[in-house]
Amino acid sequence: MGVRQTEEMVLNIGPQHPSTHGVLRLKVKTDGEIVTAVTPVIGYLHRCFEKHCENITYEQIIPYVDRCDYIASMNNDFGYVLAMEAMLEIEVPEKVQYIRIIMAEMNRIASHLLALGTFGLDVGAFTPFLYMFRDRERILDLFELTCGARLLYNYMWIGGLSHDIPPGFVEKTYEFLDYFLPQLDEYNNLLTFNKIFIERTADVGILTPDLAINYGVTGPNLRGSGVKWDLRKDESYSIYDRFDFAIPVGTGIKGSVGDSWDRYWVRAEEMRESVKIIRQALDQMPRDGDVREAVPRRIRPPKGAIYSRSETPRGELGFYIISDGKPKPTRVKMRSPAFTALSVLSEISQGWMISDVLAILGSLDIVLGEIDR
Amino acid sequence: MTISWLIDWVNNSWLGFLGVPGAFILAIIVSGLAIFGLVAVHAIVAVYVERKVSAFMQDRIGPMGQGPGLHAGKWGVLQTVADALKLLVKEDIIPAAADRKLFIMAPFILFLGAFIGFIALPFSETLSLANFNVGLFYILAVSSFGIVGLILAGWASNNKWSLYGAMRSAAQIISYEIPAAISLIAVVMLVGSLNMQDITRAQTGIVLGFLPNWFIFQNPFTFLAFFIYFIAGVAETNRTPFDIPEAESELVAGFHTEYSGMRWAFFFLSEYANMFIVCAIATVVFLGGWQSPFGEFLAGPYWGLLWFMGKIIFLVLVMMWFRWTFPRLRVDQLMSVSWKFLLPISFFNLFGVGIWELLSG
Repeated sequence: MGVRQTEEMVLNIGPQHPSTHGVLRLKVKTDGEIVTAVTPVIGYLHRCFEKHCENITYEQIIPYVDRCDYIASMNNDFGYVLAMEAMLEIEVPEKVQYIRIIMAEMNRIASHLLALGTFGLDVGAFTPFLYMFRDRERILDLFELTCGARLLYNYMWIGGLSHDIPPGFVEKTYEFLDYFLPQLDEYNNLLTFNKIFIERTADVGILTPDLAINYGVTGPNLRGSGVKWDLRKDESYSIYDRFDFAIPVGTGIKGSVGDSWDRYWVRAEEMRESVKIIRQALDQMPRDGDVREAVPRRIRPPKGAIYSRSETPRGELGFYIISDGKPKPTRVKMRSPAFTALSVLSEISQGWMISDVLAILGSLDIVLGEIDR
Repeated sequence: MTISWLIDWVNNSWLGFLGVPGAFILAIIVSGLAIFGLVAVHAIVAVYVERKVSAFMQDRIGPMGQGPGLHAGKWGVLQTVADALKLLVKEDIIPAAADRKLFIMAPFILFLGAFIGFIALPFSETLSLANFNVGLFYILAVSSFGIVGLILAGWASNNKWSLYGAMRSAAQIISYEIPAAISLIAVVMLVGSLNMQDITRAQTGIVLGFLPNWFIFQNPFTFLAFFIYFIAGVAETNRTPFDIPEAESELVAGFHTEYSGMRWAFFFLSEYANMFIVCAIATVVFLGGWQSPFGEFLAGPYWGLLWFMGKIIFLVLVMMWFRWTFPRLRVDQLMSVSWKFLLPISFFNLFGVGIWELLSG
């Protein structure tokens, strides 16, 4: 009999794999089913976003921003135009402010639906995924009605919007909100409180508050760890201070604080809060006004730099823009929330099984378009 | 109709010139083709039904294109036929690094395990291909034979995903066979026979005034045994929530990652054949086989076939319902369900059946 020996196996998950949410590659070192090390390899979707920005004018950047986090383009646009408006010191009309909030929150719901659906798919639940896609479709229909695009909108312009909301939009949105709230309970019955789903996600991939803060994790992932930090409340931008909404945080109902289930739950509850915000915004919105009123003819910001951040469905999206007075920026740096979320993966998935690593990855809700840029 | 009846019939008809060995071979070929036909038709129908059921559950419409008069017809009823034709003519790919012989053999071994189990099924009072005294034991024995095919497929593909799938699958099937077998033994104890027809005949009549005298209703322990068997059966057929060997979000496609075309179709075929076998055993042992649920009403050899198939189809639909509702368990949770819950309960259950039988005389 020879000498018996065991050996660690390196498993290459991706770049072509059903559940890497884009083209991500994970080098996973496994001891049987147990994972001893995870190394994410990124860059398969790199498109030189930041370098591109240096060669085009400020308003031409917006479509590129769309393509970074393509699941929540409205929120990305919002972040960028906020930065530019602060730089140019533009006062944006009331109506535009409200429409922007409505669009951003609707896109937040759409993004969370996709995040939760694919998370369900990662743990093997197929049906909730399609239910969530069905409802996301209704939001996309509303976007299509407004700006003609279903995924990459180029809707928010510096100082205004590309189109006013079409007639009937407000009624249709109210209709959608009435339809959507009961659906949230259906998802909860089908997936959230399913015994197997809880078994798979509770206590799995615990992200402690300290670890989350040290890595700079933001958004629902941070709030899932019990840290109440949301830019919409804590550093209120645009007109978010006019609305009444809560910030859900993970409390470890099913396991411990910061586990995958908590991250799921925070997103599920955030959709409910977004519905509240949209309803209030629709109620308060002034019905007439020109949305292109404040759009400047010529954009040439003064010399200087600005860092502006906003809360997208994935967390804090920051834009650092340097201008030297020319129509093109000298430097645009984007702080990607999904990138920091991915960076904790190798830390929190050690010692779990292969299936758990994919569940944890799903719970972090990354978008590769934004990570690679 | 049994094989021996077929041999006699061949000998006594104008085919008598074939002699006994010729009649034997002819009978084997005819019954083999009949089973293959059943398996293939069942798979084609079940895949179509599964796609439609899942579509309706998920607020979709499912396949609508391929109907009679292709592309123009209704409800896509020929979709799976078209798929099967496509698979038949597809390029046959064998990876360069694969172990050629084993790679080619594996799907057929797996299919064989499911296929030969059909011989002992009592389709109706008079129709079972081979009615022999260890029928139940035989089916359980040959259906665990298929696992060799799974492991071969995983190993021969020379792919890490396949290997993981095969290892998981081997562990899973072995673990779940024990509670499944023990819960079947509970009924075998009551009947005193392993013959499938005997087990079915022991369930004639009415119990509690209105329920059919099936083993699921006969006493509380056999009632429990049915559920243990069915859960273990779902696990043995690798279906959700126990589909970890081919979990597409983790292992791409598990043991059949490298397979394509007709070989892949054989994996598919044996999955559906296994589903049929598992549901057929549950039907025979717990749900009265070909017995009518209404006592003497609509009973008889021909109606029996209908009832038998109807009960199987019902159980298959339940399996589909599971698949499109539940998430998937993790591999260690899967093991603990089997060893920590199902196995102790099934032992307790076996004991309970014995006590019940002793007390009720």
